[in-house]
This record gives sequence, structure tokens and C-alpha cells, in this order.
Amino acid sequence: MTGHFEPLPDGGAAVPLDEVEISILRSLAVQLMELIGPGEQAADDEGEDLLASVFNDGPSEPPADPVLARLFPDAYGGPDLVPDDDVRAAAAEFRRYTENDLRARKRTDALALIRALDTLSPSGGDPAVLRLTADECRQWLGALNDLRLAIGTRLEVTDEEDGGELLRLPDSDPRKPMVMAYLWLGGLQETLVESLTA
Amino acid sequence: MGRVSAHPSPTITLRPHHCTLSVPVEIERPESSEAPFEVPEPDVPWVTIVHNDPVNLMSYVSYVFQTYFGYSKDKAHQLMLDVHHKGRAVVSSGSREEMERDVQAMHGYGLWATLQQDRR
Repeated sequence: MTGHFEPLPDGGAAVPLDEVEISILRSLAVQLMELIGPGEQAADDEGEDLLASVFNDGPSEPPADPVLARLFPDAYGGPDLVPDDDVRAAAAEFRRYTENDLRARKRTDALALIRALDTLSPSGGDPAVLRLTADECRQWLGALNDLRLAIGTRLEVTDEEDGGELLRLPDSDPRKPMVMAYLWLGGLQETLVESLTA
Repeated sequence: MGRVSAHPSPTITLRPHHCTLSVPVEIERPESSEAPFEVPEPDVPWVTIVHNDPVNLMSYVSYVFQTYFGYSKDKAHQLMLDVHHKGRAVVSSGSREEMERDVQAMHGYGLWATLQQDRR
């Protein structure tokens, strides 16, 4: 797992991915989409359904799952503020009007990642080269970041030092495969950011 | 479309188990008499605060500040460092509606952001 993004002249970026890497990335993105949930159902072309979706409020409480709570945080409050009733009410209202959109966006980014992977056909042991447009790069950046947030939260990464500690886990540790994936995704995201800001 | 549930390694899973995200602790209690979210104080601007996060890459946070706010590379880098070292940074200020837009955008990028009325 050594793939890293290189900038393309058209503002996009490219990365070689082998069969195993494609499989892992795809699996994680599918799991992320499943975790985020269906969000808004694909609307029929019926005007009624569109209207219904406009008036369909989202949730007012933060998700119980720590990963989802991190992906969809409260807009009012934060770690240095003890929430009173007003803060809680403002956070709930904000969530009602924004969380469904945010879920839809994150699903769209993850789906873009999956679709791009599905265009690849690595043969034998040779990696396939994934080429992304500038727009696709932005969606991949979002999806890679969401994946790292999800895995980092599951691994209970608390600060940068944990990267070193997690790196030294013995191979027998059940967290090891997830740690390897986490670090690998970090390399992909880092080089994608570099490619976009080069 | 290929496999929908390709599972190269059954141990790589996002399945929940009990865990908590530790957060920096710097508690400052708001004065209870202020009720900052209900009493209109038009002279006091609202601010968007980005909080430190153990996962987000420093380069990515800088990239977001440049891309979304249009800040210079230097300013974006400095704000990122403030978030990293001080635990938080005020990244924008304005009306409540504007700050809600900014917070929503930050959440879209996966940054941990909140808005509040500037009490400084």
C-alpha cells in the first residue's frame, strides 16, 4: 500500500491502485454509505414527493453512534461551552434543517469514490491508474476525509501521538488492519491535498 | 457495478463498538444571565469557531480555509496552527445567518465547527 496521488496538468490527479487496494477502499466506502444511512430517498419525478421532501424535517438529536456524531456535530455548543437550554434548542433546530443535506452530500462523495473505482480493471498483479478530474478530486477529498474521521473515531485516535502508538501495534492486535487502512488513507489524502495545491 | 459488499479483510469494519472521542477540556461557563441565543444583541457579532480534531490532516485544514474562505496561504496556515495548538480558532465573523452557513460548510468538509456570539 504505497500509492500516492500525483497532480495532472488539467487540475486533476492520478494514483496507481492495485486490486487489493481497490477492494479495501471500495469496501470501506460502501460501509460508510451504509453507516450514514439512506438520507433522502431517491425522489420520483412526482411533484408531491419533491414537496414532501422539502418539508421533511431532519433529526433534532445528535446521532448516538460516535462516528455519526463526529460526522454530524452540533453547530451550537462545542467543547468549551456548557450547553444551556437555549444552546441545545439552537443546535436541535440547526440539525433539523441541515443534517439531511449533509448526509446526502457525504453519501454522494462516497458514491463518487465507488463509481470511480468501478471504472478500474487491474489485470494480474499490476496496479490500475485512477485518473480524477478536478471536481472528482474534491469529492474524493471529502470521502477520504470522512473515511478517516470514521476510522479514527472507531480507533479512538485522540491526538497525533496516537499515530505512532498505533503504528507499533503487534500484528496480532485486532485493530492492526484498521490502523493500516487508516494510515494508508492518510497518505492518499495528504498527497491528494498536495496535488490540488501544487 | 461490481461487488457491493467486497470484504477483503473481515477485520476492517466500521461496525460500532463502545468508544468515545476525547475532546480538549477548557470549560468556560457562560454567564447564565446572558442567554446569548435568545436575547438579540445586534451589536455583538457572531463567530465561527473551528475546534481541534485528532484526525483531520493539518494540510487539509489549511486547504479548506483557503478554498472556502478564500484566505491566503499564510493566513490559512496560521489559523490551522491556532486550531492545532490552541484547540480552537475563530475563522470568520458576521451575522448569525452567515455564520450558520459557514458552520454548515465546515461540517461539509468534515471540520468540527460551532458558532456563537462573540463575547470578547
